[in-house]
Amino acid sequence: MSAVELRGFGWRHAGRKAWAVRGVDLRVERGERVLLLGPSGAGKSTLLAALAGLLADDSGEREGTVEIDGLDTRKARERVGIVFQDPATQLVMSRVGDDVAFGLENRGVPRAELWPRVAGALDAVGLAHPLDRPTHALSGGEQQRLALAGVLALRPDLLLLDEPTANLDPAGAELVRSSLRAAVSRETTVIMVEHRLAEVVPFVDRVVVLAPGAGVVAEGPPERVFGAHGAALAADGIWVPGQPLPPPRRAVAAPGEVLVTADRVALAPRLAPTDLAVRAGEALAVLGPNGVGKSTLALMLGGLLKPAAGRVVASAVLAGGDAARPPHRWRAADLTARIGSVFQNPEHQFVASTVHAELAVGPRRLGRSLAVVDELLTRLHLDHLARANPYTLSGGEARRLSVATALASAPRLLVLDEPTFGQDRRTWVELVALLADLRDDGHGVLTVTHDPAFVEALADRRLELAP
Amino acid sequence: MTLSAVMVRSSAPLARRNPVAKLVAATVFAVGVLATLDPLTPALAIAAELVLLPLFGVRYGTVLRRGWPVLLSVFGVVLTTILFGANRDGSSVFALGPLDVTTGVLTVALGLALRLVALALPGIMVFSTTDPTDLADALVQNAKAPARFAIGTLAAFRLVPLLGQEWQALRMARRARGVDSGGNPVAAARLFASTVFALLVGAIRRGTRLATAMDARGFDSGTPRTHAREQHFTRADWLFLLGAALLTAAILTVSIATGTFRPVLG
Repeated sequence: MSAVELRGFGWRHAGRKAWAVRGVDLRVERGERVLLLGPSGAGKSTLLAALAGLLADDSGEREGTVEIDGLDTRKARERVGIVFQDPATQLVMSRVGDDVAFGLENRGVPRAELWPRVAGALDAVGLAHPLDRPTHALSGGEQQRLALAGVLALRPDLLLLDEPTANLDPAGAELVRSSLRAAVSRETTVIMVEHRLAEVVPFVDRVVVLAPGAGVVAEGPPERVFGAHGAALAADGIWVPGQPLPPPRRAVAAPGEVLVTADRVALAPRLAPTDLAVRAGEALAVLGPNGVGKSTLALMLGGLLKPAAGRVVASAVLAGGDAARPPHRWRAADLTARIGSVFQNPEHQFVASTVHAELAVGPRRLGRSLAVVDELLTRLHLDHLARANPYTLSGGEARRLSVATALASAPRLLVLDEPTFGQDRRTWVELVALLADLRDDGHGVLTVTHDPAFVEALADRRLELAP
Repeated sequence: MTLSAVMVRSSAPLARRNPVAKLVAATVFAVGVLATLDPLTPALAIAAELVLLPLFGVRYGTVLRRGWPVLLSVFGVVLTTILFGANRDGSSVFALGPLDVTTGVLTVALGLALRLVALALPGIMVFSTTDPTDLADALVQNAKAPARFAIGTLAAFRLVPLLGQEWQALRMARRARGVDSGGNPVAAARLFASTVFALLVGAIRRGTRLATAMDARGFDSGTPRTHAREQHFTRADWLFLLGAALLTAAILTVSIATGTFRPVLG
C-alpha cells in the first residue's frame, strides 16, 4: 500500500474565487522522499496542510480525496509530522527540553519513556544544549533544528517539510539540512517544499511539479525532470539547478555624485562604528554574518533610525535644501521621495486595503500621476492581484509588492533588506533587471543580502561587515 | 516583568512552594487586607510582607526596582484623594485656597496608599519567584485547570515580547511609506490607530500559526496528556497555606481589637 494517495484533490479557501490547489493525482510510496515544486501560488503549502490534516472542513471547500495509509488525513494525524518556515511560531515552550516534550505529552507518552525520547531526538538533530537552555537563546538555524526534533520525537511515518530553511541565512539553512540528512531514517516518508533546490536535490528520490490549478504536470527522478523540463520550469520561476542565469549587469557608467554618507555610525550592541558612502549610479551590496548589524545600518541609511553615535549625511543632490538635516529628521513624505526602503518583512509596510491602493499611496502623497502604478503592477507580475488585499498575498507576491511600493515614489536612493529572500526565479531575474535599470538611470541602490547570486548579478561594490 | 522570561528557579524556602499554593496564599492575604478601609491593617500587612520577603529570596532592592509603577500609582492616588476626596471630616491640617486638607482626608489617602502597597507586594513575591512553566504545570496538575487553557496561555505569552519589536518595525515601515502625522494631532491619532490595527493583525496571524503548529503536534488530539514535569502539592504547601490564613486572621484580629477595623461591606 502506498503511504500517501491523492485522487483529484483540490482545495479552495473560504471566500476565495480561485482554487489554491486543484486536480492533484499523486501516489507516494512508503520511505520515498519527494520534493514538491511549482511556481509561487501553485498550492504547495496548502497541499502539505491537507496531508497534515490541518485544513478544517469549515475553512474551505474540498474536492477529491487524500489518504494516508488508506486513512482519512484527520484520522492519520498521529502518523504525520510537519515542520513550518518560521521558528518563532512553532516553538511552544521556553526551554529546549520542554519544547521537545510538548508533543510527547500530547500523545500521552508516560514520563519514564518521555525524557529518553526527548534526549534521543535532540541527539539525532545534533542539538547538544542542556535541556533547560532557553529557546530564545538559540540561533534561527538551531531553533529550526529544535522544531525538527520536536516532530521527530513523535516518530512520524510521514514527515512534511514546508520550506524549513526559507527564513534562515545560509549557515542556518545548512544546519537544518545536515540535521535532516542525519536524523531522518530511510523508513520515513518525506514530502518537502523548498526553494533552494540545488542543496536539497541530493536528499530526494523524486521531484513532483505542480502547476496552479492544473495538478501534477511533471514528475520523476530529479535529473530526468530537470533534463526534460528544466528550461520550462526555470521560465516558470523554479530554481532548477544548472539552469544559467542572465549574465551579470555591471554599471554602464562610472558612479556619479555621492548621495548619502554614513560617518562612523553605530548603535551598541547592534552595530559597531561603520563608514559608508553610496553614489548615484552604483549598486552596493552589504554582506556579513547574521547579527552583525546589516539591517540596523540599512535602517539608518533609510532615515528610519537615529544612529546612537556618528551621523548620516545626505548630499544636496539627494536632499536639496534639506541636506543640512539628517534623514531621520525629514518629513516622511520628503523621505519617500528621496530614499525608498524595503523591509525584511514585507507585511510591515502595507497600509492600504488593495494592492493597487498600496502602490498609489506614495505617488498620491507627492501629488504625482498614478500611471506608475499600472506600470509596476505589470512589471512585477502583480496585475492579476490589483484588487486583492495585500495581507492575503503569498510570501513571494508580498515581497514583490513591497519592492514595488518603494519604487512607486521614484526615490533617488533605494535601500533594500534581503529583497530576494524566498523569491522565485522569475521574480528574482525581473528584480535584478529592474534594479540594474534603476542604477543605470542614476539611482543609488544599497542592498543588504545573503544571496551570493544576487551580489554576483548586480553589485558594483561590496561592503563586508565583520563581527 | 516579562512572563515569558526563563527564570532561575529560586531555592529560598518559600519561593520553592508550589505555584498554586503561592497564588492561593497571596489571594487569601489580599482579600483579608481588602476587607477593611483603615490604614492600620495594610500597615501591619506590609510589615509582615517585608519580614517574609527574604524567605522568598527576594531582595528589597529588587522590590524597589520592580515596584516603581506601584509607587507611582500610590503617589497618584494620594494626590487625587487629597484634591477630590469627598471625606472632609476632622480638623483642618492646612488650607490652600479653596482646598481644605483635613485629618479625615489624609487618613483616607494614607489608607488607600498602604492598601495598594500591601496588595502589590504579594504579587511581586509570587510572580518574581514563580517560573511561568511551573505555574502552568501546577495549574494543570494540582488545580485541575484545563491544559488547553493553561498551556495555551503559556505559549501565547511567549509571543508577547515580539509585540514591542513589531511596534517599532511598523512605525519605521510606515515612515518609509511616507506616512507620518506631520505634527497634526488628528493625523497622529489615525496613524496610531492604524498601527495598532496592523499590530493586532500581525499578532492574530502569529497566534494562528502557533496554534496550528501546536495542533500539528497533537495538542488538540483529545488523548489524555501526560506531564513531562511533575508538580507536587505537599504537606509543606498545605502548611504554607495555613500560615497565610493564620497571618491574615491575626492581622485582622489586631485591627478589630484596636477598634480601627472599618469593613468595606456593611
